Amino acid sequence: MPATSARLSRKESTSVRFFPDFASWGRYPRVLHRRIHHLNWADQLPQILNGSERGALLPYGQGRSYGDSCLNDGRDLVACGRLNRILAFDPATGALHCEGGVTLSDILDLLVPKGWFLPVTPGTRFVTVGGAIANDVHGKNHHRAGTFGCHVRRLGLYRSDSGLIECSRETNWPWFRATIGGLGLTGIIVWAEIQLRPIQGAMIDGESFAFRSLDEFLERGAESDAASEYTVAWLDCFSGSKTRGVFFRGNHSAERGGKLRPRSGPRLRFEFPGWLLNRWSMKAFNSAYFSWHSFAAGEAVVPYDRFFYPLDSIARWNLIYGKKGFLQYQCVVPESGLAAFKEVLDRIQRARMGSFLGVMKRFGAVESPGMLSFPRPGLTLALDFPLRGERTLRLLEDLDRIVKDSGGALYPGKDARMSPAMFQASFPQWREFQRYADPKFSSSFWRRVTAEC
Amino acid sequence: MQTILILGATSTIAQQVARRLAQDGKHLLLVARSAERLETLRSDLRVRGAASVQTFAADLRDTARHSELMAWAKASSPAVDTVLLAYGSMQDQQDCEQRLDALVDELFTNFVSAAALLSAFANDFEQRRAGCIAVITSVAGDRGRRSNYIYGSAKGALSLFLQGLRSRLHPAGVPVITIKPGPVKTAMTDRIPNAHLFAEVDAVAMDICRTLEKRSPEILYTPFFWRYIMAGIRAVPERIFKRLAI
Repeated sequence: MPATSARLSRKESTSVRFFPDFASWGRYPRVLHRRIHHLNWADQLPQILNGSERGALLPYGQGRSYGDSCLNDGRDLVACGRLNRILAFDPATGALHCEGGVTLSDILDLLVPKGWFLPVTPGTRFVTVGGAIANDVHGKNHHRAGTFGCHVRRLGLYRSDSGLIECSRETNWPWFRATIGGLGLTGIIVWAEIQLRPIQGAMIDGESFAFRSLDEFLERGAESDAASEYTVAWLDCFSGSKTRGVFFRGNHSAERGGKLRPRSGPRLRFEFPGWLLNRWSMKAFNSAYFSWHSFAAGEAVVPYDRFFYPLDSIARWNLIYGKKGFLQYQCVVPESGLAAFKEVLDRIQRARMGSFLGVMKRFGAVESPGMLSFPRPGLTLALDFPLRGERTLRLLEDLDRIVKDSGGALYPGKDARMSPAMFQASFPQWREFQRYADPKFSSSFWRRVTAEC
Repeated sequence: MQTILILGATSTIAQQVARRLAQDGKHLLLVARSAERLETLRSDLRVRGAASVQTFAADLRDTARHSELMAWAKASSPAVDTVLLAYGSMQDQQDCEQRLDALVDELFTNFVSAAALLSAFANDFEQRRAGCIAVITSVAGDRGRRSNYIYGSAKGALSLFLQGLRSRLHPAGVPVITIKPGPVKTAMTDRIPNAHLFAEVDAVAMDICRTLEKRSPEILYTPFFWRYIMAGIRAVPERIFKRLAI
């Protein structure tokens, strides 16, 4: 029963408030916004952008960025979720032309049955194409295919100073480079054309095995990277001084058909109480997970959604971390910095503050066009930390120092806390990037990491 | 259900309904104000599997264009077997209270233009003894409330109109479906605080598509629980209800 007039008349007020539908996935920090501009059609952009002041706007897709790169404290967001139409698909070449708010999930539902798959997919299907470009996301095939941005052929960027411009390797190249991995700061990605890859069916020939040391991970990982399109490892964050985990690898199956519709699992409705995830319950979970997978190791043909998106089967799984939310930490350490990587692992395992989602992978050398792209050749580690105040933050700062000294970097799309010094040291291109940022766009993340240091 | 004509096809709910129909390979006829938006929608629905998509750009408040629209609709092949009216307007109630032309516009858009269009389709379907008419009204039409009675009265009038039309078309075997959504996350409700509590548009679209396919129930509340909430609201005696600031 919509609209009470008293409420409507308050719409012009300049006060800020919390919009529950517009938070980040880690639910930290909790940020107040002034206004949400809903973008239903691209033709509304001139009106929204003309009516905004400097630094007021930031595009928002599905809110799957973990930290504050999708938030704009005290200012406005442009909600792009309804800009979700597919403009053309060429079944001969696999080129998909769609609006920026189309989700990867939507693309998969529509095109997997027709024998096409995403060239690169992150660990969730519930992100927009615009978000995948703006964060230059990577997946389990980074060692072969590079990042999502490597497969963008063209994109339409709407800017406050020049209107709609087409960007590609041929035209407006600097804006193309800046927009890929540009954290939504270069304008609104109105549409994009991406190159899909052909598949025979919806199944993955998967295989898993346990490893009991970092050396074993590296050795069998290198062999797997050579033989498999997709590789990733789960890490037991509570194993004490020794490193152990489960390695997963897979290739698209030659088998035709397969189960095409994703299974839908439970949905978390409420925040879990904070005490539920503690050192003991997490250690028990990690041990059980490791034991189960070392027992169940072997080959299996599985539907693609089970291989790529195990967490998507629990809707709103982020509520499991309770009221305070959580931090995600993803770093990359260059190949040469193996000692640093070992030290990071060691610190985490000894601190016993991680949770169930420790993930490791080796990034390959395929270079992204993105100016601020995060992946670089080396080892990457991603894990969740329930927010436990100072202790958690201090540990992560220690890790930052090790990563920075090794010449590594942190993933902006997952960060809510790195210092300006950390960011500026690991992304020295940021000053060049700023020349291409749209003056009317900004984000909580950007203001934080570009502060004087 | 083979060929569906949607009036107000660029509304948030209509778009989602159209997608679901496209996935099922239906023929679609879309009517909305903006030719450019219709074109975007057309490409989307084609890729999603619609057997065919035809568009007609018109402001449906302009009743002078209704006959042109009817001629276009009747020329469709295969013939239109379902009409879904999905447009509406919800302007600031206080503005409508004070500015009478805003009030008249609101009533005209939501009720008068809709009644005129539906009559034209009803005449056609009655004569052909075929077809189905479905109209999105609102739970707001179930009782006049202080905060939203102008929009509510137009939607309520439309629901009453449909009651009569249903009875008239019953002998011809033409079902008339009244769809009463609760608040949904759409372009119409974006400005309202607490919009995060509203229904997801796809849940509502799914209910609508199921109802169109089965041509039943003739009164659809979506999400379903609004049937019971509105029964409760209708049951409150007027001498109490008039004191409620809802």
